[in-house]
Amino acid sequence: MAEATIQVKNKVGLHARPAALFVQTANKFQSKIKVKNLTATGDLVDAKSIIMVLTLGVMKDHEVLIQTDGIDADLALDALKSLIENNFSEA
Amino acid sequence: MMEKTLKGIPVSDGIAIGPAFCYIPAELTIPVCAAGTVDEEMARFDTARERARIELQSLFEAIEKRASKEEAAIFEAHQEMLSDPALEGKVRAGVEIGQTAEQALVKAIEELSDLLVGMDNELFAARALDVKDVGRRVLRILLRLPDTALSTVTEPSIIIAEDMSPSDTASLDPKLTLGFITSQGGLTSHSAILARTLGLPAIVGMGNGLLEKVSSGLPIVMDGRTGEMILEPDDETIARYKQIKAQRESHLLSLKTAAKKETHTSNGRRVEVAANIGEALSAREAMEHGAEGIGLLRTEFLYLEDTQPPSEEKQYHIYREIFEVMSGRPVIVRTLDIGGDKPPSYLPFPDEMNPFLGWRAIRISLDEPELFKTQLRAILRAAVGHHARIMFPMVSDLDELRRAREIVEAVKRDLELASVEFAADVPVGIMVETPAAAMLVDVLAEVSDFFSLGTNDLTQYTMAVDRGNAKVSGLFQPLHPAVLRLIRQTIDAGHAKGKWVGMCGELAGMTKAIPILLGFGLDEFSMNPRAIPEAKNLIGKLTDEKARDIAGQAMSFGTAAEIETYMKGVLALL
Repeated sequence: MAEATIQVKNKVGLHARPAALFVQTANKFQSKIKVKNLTATGDLVDAKSIIMVLTLGVMKDHEVLIQTDGIDADLALDALKSLIENNFSEA
Repeated sequence: MMEKTLKGIPVSDGIAIGPAFCYIPAELTIPVCAAGTVDEEMARFDTARERARIELQSLFEAIEKRASKEEAAIFEAHQEMLSDPALEGKVRAGVEIGQTAEQALVKAIEELSDLLVGMDNELFAARALDVKDVGRRVLRILLRLPDTALSTVTEPSIIIAEDMSPSDTASLDPKLTLGFITSQGGLTSHSAILARTLGLPAIVGMGNGLLEKVSSGLPIVMDGRTGEMILEPDDETIARYKQIKAQRESHLLSLKTAAKKETHTSNGRRVEVAANIGEALSAREAMEHGAEGIGLLRTEFLYLEDTQPPSEEKQYHIYREIFEVMSGRPVIVRTLDIGGDKPPSYLPFPDEMNPFLGWRAIRISLDEPELFKTQLRAILRAAVGHHARIMFPMVSDLDELRRAREIVEAVKRDLELASVEFAADVPVGIMVETPAAAMLVDVLAEVSDFFSLGTNDLTQYTMAVDRGNAKVSGLFQPLHPAVLRLIRQTIDAGHAKGKWVGMCGELAGMTKAIPILLGFGLDEFSMNPRAIPEAKNLIGKLTDEKARDIAGQAMSFGTAAEIETYMKGVLALL
């Protein structure tokens, strides 16, 4: 199992297009992937579910915890980390 | 056969003549029956999801083609929700305890949308509606009902319905839809907005019982300008409306040709000719008449139509719609301008002897900061990617303007903190409609990015006359030398500080005033949309030098009557 804490810096947070990209990326991997909003209260939710990711209410500057577990756990974690670090490639 | 006229709320302009098509969406009641095995129920759920995916894909493509990618994106998001593992998991859990796919789906959708509904951030909470819409689509397919009964329209028709959901409106076939009429809804309902974007005539709010009065195939005439619907029109009525429709179309065509041109004086100085509008549906009319922008968007209509103030989301959508219709042209949004003469029920209005000298406009906004902030948030959010400006009404003092600007800055900080996208560079200006503001333009220029003259109030306050009082209304003279001097002073003082000065009062659209105002160096003329073509034509005929001469002459007279006589002579020679 791998995990990382990352600050979300893009403008809309995990909403709209960035939320969709996050979920689409998670779905490329076989590992179980969970995510939690450390800035708000709430549980770990399935990162492959768009609805559950929206319920986290992740906004700009919030910190999220990502946990991956499975044969491609490290790859999945790297992919999601770089997606967030690159602000979902938004300008 | 007897012709019969019904009236509703006109929300989208245009005339349609044709047969009615009554649209009654199927009620989605879940039949009581025994569930199949877990595998059987899950297989039915999967097949239904697959069908839904195909429907959403074709809706996405259709709306992308007819409106924009932005309008269509909603159906892309719906596709993502369709394959959500949380949805699948909840449905499976239900099926495993013996529910049918339908029962499990309804329960799952309810639980998931409830999770979103309770969220603090409106943007996230609004997604609950999408979850529900997706659920309804899958359920409808499970129940083997067609996409919407609208797909059974076979000849061009006027759609009659109780109400239209966004999905319904989006799935209207433009070739087969002449217009639509609903019993529910208002000017700002989603379907009204989409009708205007698609250019379909629409009437809403006909009241209950509409579908009992109309049956499919019944001949109908609808007038989207007046909200009238004529059932079983006689030949004479049909002929009359055919003529109006043809005239309207050729009129629009000739306006469109003229509208494409930017306005310049005959020596080539660029002058903006813009429109004053007071509701969302006039933006299209403004464009059709050649408006180069909106010089005044009155926002009162949003505040007076209900017993509570409009929500940020509602305002956001209306402003956004207007900005989109104006596609990149400047739009000046005037913040709330109401007073005791027309009080909304939700504000604590005192008994006033003189409502026009009382608690109104910016004075209310400063005293009710939450009301004000909601409006500012909606404007700043909707302005992203558009050319919007904010304008405060009835400013008479520098301190008022400073306080109002501080609130704008506070709203921007809040939006920034909440990570909500907004336009940070929206210019903020004032209406010059009190003599005090006109006298103080040089001082106000330090905190005002632009000025726009409101001549109706400026005349009223300068002449100390109530135009509604027949005994004294003769003194309401916008061409009075006293008013013209204040106007000239405002333009000169604004220009001396490098500021843009426009006018959004009635005077700006009067041919007898335009040459004088042009001579004063006015940068923008904003008027009733219908006055635009003639104003553009007149400005194009004048050079700045000629206009300055006319203005100089006009200012040499001592009364409004003399100025009017002089201007009549000037116009006769042009």
